[in-house]
Amino acid sequence: MNNSTKTVAGHGKRPSAPSVILENVSFSYPGEQIFRDLNFTVKGGQWTCLIGPSGCGKSTLLRLISGTLGKNFSGKIHFSDGDSHNGRTAWMAQKDLLLPWLSVLDNVCLGSRLRGEMSDQKRQKAISLLEDAGLGEYSDSLPSELSGGMRQRVALLRTLMEERPVILMDEPFSALDALTRLKLQDLAASLVEGATVLMVTHDPLEALRLGHRIYVMTHRPETLSKVLIPPGSPPREPGDPAIVSLQAKLLHRLVGGGNP
Amino acid sequence: MRIIRLIFITVGLVLVWQTVVLLTHVPPYILPAPVNVAKAALTHAGPLFDHAMTTLFEIIAGLLLGTLLGTISALSMIASFSLKRWLLPVLVISQAIPVFALAPLLVLWFGYGMSSKIAMAVLIIFFPVTAAFYDGLRSTEPEWLELAQVMNAKPLAVIRHIRIPAALPAFASGLRVATAVAPIGAVVGEWVGSSRGLGFYMLHANARMQIDIMFAALVVLGVLSLTIYFSVDWAMIKIVYWQKEEAE
Repeated sequence: MNNSTKTVAGHGKRPSAPSVILENVSFSYPGEQIFRDLNFTVKGGQWTCLIGPSGCGKSTLLRLISGTLGKNFSGKIHFSDGDSHNGRTAWMAQKDLLLPWLSVLDNVCLGSRLRGEMSDQKRQKAISLLEDAGLGEYSDSLPSELSGGMRQRVALLRTLMEERPVILMDEPFSALDALTRLKLQDLAASLVEGATVLMVTHDPLEALRLGHRIYVMTHRPETLSKVLIPPGSPPREPGDPAIVSLQAKLLHRLVGGGNP
Repeated sequence: MRIIRLIFITVGLVLVWQTVVLLTHVPPYILPAPVNVAKAALTHAGPLFDHAMTTLFEIIAGLLLGTLLGTISALSMIASFSLKRWLLPVLVISQAIPVFALAPLLVLWFGYGMSSKIAMAVLIIFFPVTAAFYDGLRSTEPEWLELAQVMNAKPLAVIRHIRIPAALPAFASGLRVATAVAPIGAVVGEWVGSSRGLGFYMLHANARMQIDIMFAALVVLGVLSLTIYFSVDWAMIKIVYWQKEEAE
């Protein structure tokens, strides 16, 4: 399970997942400016965490990158390898978004099904992913028969099935209890290794466990802090003294804004 | 538990009825005793059964056609915005005119036979099904649609795999309402003009002061309606097996 060669979707290391580059991005909802001339790079092949108070536009940033907000922004969002960013991101939200009428296996295969690309090969891959994640015996179950942690594990596998180089996560573990959250963080860290990940979270400890790079976003004006690069490689142990002291600093940044 | 309760309620009502008849000495041509109604039902079991089959057929045909039409119109309103703008007012107008007022017209147009009764039932059933299904189709969880968008889903696949299943619990409750009112359509149609069906049989008995037969027909109609309702309810629970979770 934690075998490091089993990375993105268990299919070998992704040689170079691209960086996501935002240049002078401005965006506003009717009557409210969210971003003004935002410049930000999500480094390729690394896990970047974005932490900040509610309502500061973190989720909006993810949506801009995923393309679900369309082209209603000014500035430029592109990938470092020059390819169009359409169809290259995968999405994982706070809610598991499992479809209650589909079995666990069919939920994992949802993307292929919606694109009309369903095949035996995909099915086999989904089954092996489920087995690796300890959910093999549940592949025919309905989501309602699963616990919250298991459901979110299925959502993670569905995200991995997409085999997209960029994975966007919107507080994916925040609805789980502390222990389940730690386990799922470890699983996620091992499975998405090598992909470019941008994760939004409220939880400083989560950011410090998982992030290669951490940014604090502050509200009005929406600005990003200097990058914080915790020592060691993720997933880091929650009890690590360096992590504990950084957690205090990060909380300070969150509360007071500015740099420590 | 549910069945036991139903039996208790039925037995209780019959007892109350019998007691009222015994105590008040109300004449049998106003309110016949349950015992007399049962006797009438037994002696006229043949015609009762034949007329019940006619009404049953009208109700089921009306349900099938009305549900089909309702489903199609809800889907087309979701598929095309401009179609919706034309269809929605027509729907509302069709409901603004009481269907009962249309009954004589329908008999004039579709004749004395079953078609006019089925048309009545369709008119009654069509609207709750359309309204509920359309509502369900419109209120798909936005985050599911967003996820599908990030997955580069084909638009038809989104309708088929997400929007329709997500709307089925709403569709099921619309269908339940429709099933409960469907017999009204058939019986009113039969009252206005027909030579078959429980509605006709009741009028026929009433005109001959055979009030016990009329009550027997009423009881059969009630049993028929309840059977259809609970069958549809049971089928919906089996088919839309995720609706409980939706309701939470």
